[in-house]
Amino acid sequence: MTNPPEPIVELSMIAKQFGGVQALRGVDLKLLPGEVHALVGENGAGKSTLVKILAGIHRPDAGVMKVGGEVVELRSPIQAQALGIAVVQQEPMMFPDLDVAENVFMGRHPRDRFGRVEWKRMYQEVDQLLASLDVSLSSHTPVQGLSVAEQQLVEIAKALSLQARVLVLDEPTAALSSHEVDELFAIVKQLRERRVAILFVSHRLEEVFTLADRLTVFRDGTHIITAPVSEMTTEAIIKYMVGRELSNLYPKSEAKIGEVVLEVRHLTRPGVFADVSFQLRRGEILGFAGLVGAGRTEVARVLFGIDQAESGETWLKGKQVRIRSPQQAMEYGIAYVPEDRHQQGLVMNFSIASNITLAILQLVSRLGLLDPRREQKIASEYSSQLRVRSSGVGQVVSALSGGNQQKVVLGKWLATNPSVLILDEPTRGIDVGAKAEVHRIISELAASGLAIILISSELPEVLAMADRVLVLHEGRITGTFPRSEATQERVMFAATGQER
Amino acid sequence: MTTTSQDLERTKQRNQLSQARLLGLVNRVRELGLLVVLLLIILIVGIQAPRFLSIDNFEQILLSIAILVIVAVGETLVVLTRNVDLSVGSMVGLTAFVTAYFFKQLPGINLLLGILLGCALGLVLGMINGLIVSFGRVPAIVATLGTLYVYRGLVFVFAANTTSQINASDVPGGYLALATTQILGIPSLILIATVIAVIVGYFLHASPTGRQLYAVGSNPDAATIIGIRRDWLVFAAFAASGLLCGLAGVLWGARFGTVDATNATGLELAVIAAVVVGGVNIFGGSGTILGVVLGAMVLGTLQNALNILNISQFWLQALYGAAILGAVVLDAFITRWLKRYILSRRKKV
Amino acid sequence: MKRLKALLISWDALLVALLLIGAVIGSVVSPYFLSSYNLENALPSNIMEIAIMALPMTLIIIAGEIDLSVASVLGLASVVLGLLWESGHPMWLAIGVALLVGLVAGCLNGLLVTRLALPSLVVTIGTLALYRGLAYVVLGDKAVSDFPTAFTNLGFGSIPGTQIPWSVLIFAILVVIFGVVLHVSRWGRQIYAMGNNKEAARFSGINVGRVKLILFMLSGVIAALAGVIFTSRFSSARPDNAVGFELTVVTVVLLGGVNIFGGRGSLLGVVLAIFIVGVLENALSLVNISGDIQSLTIGLLLILSVLGPNIARRIQVAIAHRRLAMGSIKQV
Repeated sequence: MTNPPEPIVELSMIAKQFGGVQALRGVDLKLLPGEVHALVGENGAGKSTLVKILAGIHRPDAGVMKVGGEVVELRSPIQAQALGIAVVQQEPMMFPDLDVAENVFMGRHPRDRFGRVEWKRMYQEVDQLLASLDVSLSSHTPVQGLSVAEQQLVEIAKALSLQARVLVLDEPTAALSSHEVDELFAIVKQLRERRVAILFVSHRLEEVFTLADRLTVFRDGTHIITAPVSEMTTEAIIKYMVGRELSNLYPKSEAKIGEVVLEVRHLTRPGVFADVSFQLRRGEILGFAGLVGAGRTEVARVLFGIDQAESGETWLKGKQVRIRSPQQAMEYGIAYVPEDRHQQGLVMNFSIASNITLAILQLVSRLGLLDPRREQKIASEYSSQLRVRSSGVGQVVSALSGGNQQKVVLGKWLATNPSVLILDEPTRGIDVGAKAEVHRIISELAASGLAIILISSELPEVLAMADRVLVLHEGRITGTFPRSEATQERVMFAATGQER
Repeated sequence: MTTTSQDLERTKQRNQLSQARLLGLVNRVRELGLLVVLLLIILIVGIQAPRFLSIDNFEQILLSIAILVIVAVGETLVVLTRNVDLSVGSMVGLTAFVTAYFFKQLPGINLLLGILLGCALGLVLGMINGLIVSFGRVPAIVATLGTLYVYRGLVFVFAANTTSQINASDVPGGYLALATTQILGIPSLILIATVIAVIVGYFLHASPTGRQLYAVGSNPDAATIIGIRRDWLVFAAFAASGLLCGLAGVLWGARFGTVDATNATGLELAVIAAVVVGGVNIFGGSGTILGVVLGAMVLGTLQNALNILNISQFWLQALYGAAILGAVVLDAFITRWLKRYILSRRKKV
Repeated sequence: MKRLKALLISWDALLVALLLIGAVIGSVVSPYFLSSYNLENALPSNIMEIAIMALPMTLIIIAGEIDLSVASVLGLASVVLGLLWESGHPMWLAIGVALLVGLVAGCLNGLLVTRLALPSLVVTIGTLALYRGLAYVVLGDKAVSDFPTAFTNLGFGSIPGTQIPWSVLIFAILVVIFGVVLHVSRWGRQIYAMGNNKEAARFSGINVGRVKLILFMLSGVIAALAGVIFTSRFSSARPDNAVGFELTVVTVVLLGGVNIFGGRGSLLGVVLAIFIVGVLENALSLVNISGDIQSLTIGLLLILSVLGPNIARRIQVAIAHRRLAMGSIKQV
């Protein structure tokens, strides 16, 4: 082999903090031309923060970034683009009303000598670009109708037309079918041949083995290891990704598991999930494990009445039910703590008390009029029970930390006195201390007789908390493990589609 | 890459292209639909009253919508960026009055100077709108609601301090002739409106800045991230709307001769009707000048038809309302149908 | 002390100040301003229809929508009332049907917005034209003006013993009802929630569609009620009654501190804004300034009410940045 090539991008000791949470603690990364470099790690490991820093969206608190051998301070995405760094986000930012060609060239339309847009040349160039990637998309296609996979391809075409030297793909396969994944990989390989440096962020290990030359593992914002893929095994990678002391983070009290409260049979929503069946018992914590896009939230949404299944049955406490709306779900005693607490869980401008009572307005009002004393009482009860740290239940929720915000959402749903509690990524974006508290609360809730479904992408969390683990992959259940048999490897394998 | 697989890709791409063209055609549904509606009206009314189909009548229709088209073109620029300009009626009224007064007080003055005055005034009014929205960060609907009142109030202040009404006999014939002159047998009003529609339509299609207007309305955040100067573009759109309202005001005075402070009150309703019926998305990002012109033509033809058929003009506003509602409801269904079609197409892949 | 300070620079406090300034200006420019007839009768009666329509409009805008068709519903109700009366039907029936028309009109608005998910701005611009147009179709060029005194007393006469028109009493009752609904009832909480975050409201079990539909229907009925009052006050049912009023109603609500994007605002602010506009219009008309120039002042107030706080915020941020740059704020 000839001399090792110079890195196009070199990051050293990059650190970044967000409101008290240290997302990155002095990490290093080198991207070489003509190489696919995989960045792996669990949720919260710091991968997306690093991507945003590369994209010029965030500025690091500390550390040095070199592009093409020269030190740079990225102030904006435009600057990053100008330096040849192209980033394809998980959800590409497109102009839905325009066609593919314009999305690629917006802001830098090819012009003729009069300054007019050269449509023909634009369409030709984009078609050529797409053809060179073996993509059968036409430049005339309106972007509105494109799938996420196709939008990603447009972004890649844009990167190429920008003569990008670095292409960052952030969890690109999350929303792709296996066929689309193959197409994407073929393109990535082509780009590698064109000496583009590719950063491939993912936690799907089989993809890493297929595609990447080297990989880096992040854990809790720290750089753990960088090594050629050929020298690694799946078990080793998982160990690096996950290896932390589990015990003190997950206090779990033994709960008495009672009768079946919820039963789901052959629930199907075409294109989303199929043939989902399981039972949930009083006092039980049922973990839903799987990768992003596996269909777990979609099942929860159906259970909560936001979406409807096309076929299958839902049984609550022995009676068959049809849940058509969140109100109905609440009447049946089902509560859902959603994934996105900002968009779905909380009204950010409301106080803690107003948020906690939002789902039980009837209970805190007499003859339709709100009783502020009852509101205050209930809010304070749950707030102190959950140890929400605030200046009082009248404080606006947007001023709270992520952990406390999540507790408020929990409090809101506990106030509805549910028999089934569905938690969707309850500790996402929360610092370690608050995480432990939330886990303690979940444990206590189960002990008090609640039936809990715990959806989580954090493997250690699921393994430590759940009495049983259900694993989903592309909308189907690929594994069911009782607590004693659930190991990281087994769950990971089922989550990535391999069955043992 | 072998030759055969290259051919295969090219064939696939051609198929994709025709599918894309079909989808693109669906985007053109609005313009085609308007054309169809127009032809239908012409057909139905033409059978009942043959004089509807005369060239003279057609010219009448175009004359009646010429000024509306000029204003609607400016409004389109604003709406494309995900904003709205409710003050257009007041801007036309103010510039019409001031211009007419100018000609009344200085009858010997160069015609061009008067026209420039009106346009300049409109431009200034539009720039004020733009400043308030773009840099004052006031939502467009609030800002232009306010300027609707302020500009209209200014007309009244101006009228109170000068004269309450300007008659056709007060202004030089040259000014009035602006509206009545014919070039190559076509009334100048129609020509001016056509030229403006063609110029702006071409600008929106052929100029990179015009294309950026679409981007700003389609996804304002994405536009900012790729470096498009959103604030300046929105400011420019409002300024352009003002400029065109200024021109429309000049022509208004020329056309109607008698001008008072209530001129063009309520014009914004007809303008928004033309824009919405013409297929411009109220949330920005899509729409064509051709559609707006066709929309104005449909509305103008409807009005003319009512006249010809001796149906009371009182049905006109109700019809405007029905047209707007019909257009939006239809859009909602077409979007739903489109989504379903795309989803089904995807499943076959 | 901190709460008092916050209260003092709150929007409502500003409105109170504006109201006082307006009253002072009024008493300065005209000797008639402070007369009891003016304050008790002339001033309020001119603003009552707008005042009444502003109440449901407040709730609708806080909920995240808008209703521009209110003045047209007023006109349509007025015309229906006049027509029924003219053709010999008893007054109570005419009023009842007029209110029903308002309910149906509001229902159509609500269904288009909630069931078809259409933007309320465009829908109500369309119904603005449609309902006004229907008013013209129903009554044409005419006007019905032959109303019994018992009826015209409603808008024109006063509560016995005072000079205050009945419409003020109606308004007062409605203010209490709407105030209670918005600020004390659980539906008010739902309205604020959906205006702030429609999805979170839905996820909390709130039936957003049903609440909005009811709000639009309420707006329609109230607009029809305003139409009854208007007709009675002018003793005339015409299709062009109250043309353009919708803009004043929206202006009053926005001036009252309600955010056009929804989720924020209070009824108190709107009531204060109603009085400010009422005082302004009254004072200006006492010195013979025409209605359109009055509107000029209102328009300016509207723009400044949003522009002012924006600029103030920009200045605050700029000062904070300069302090940061000069290192006087410690960084962690």
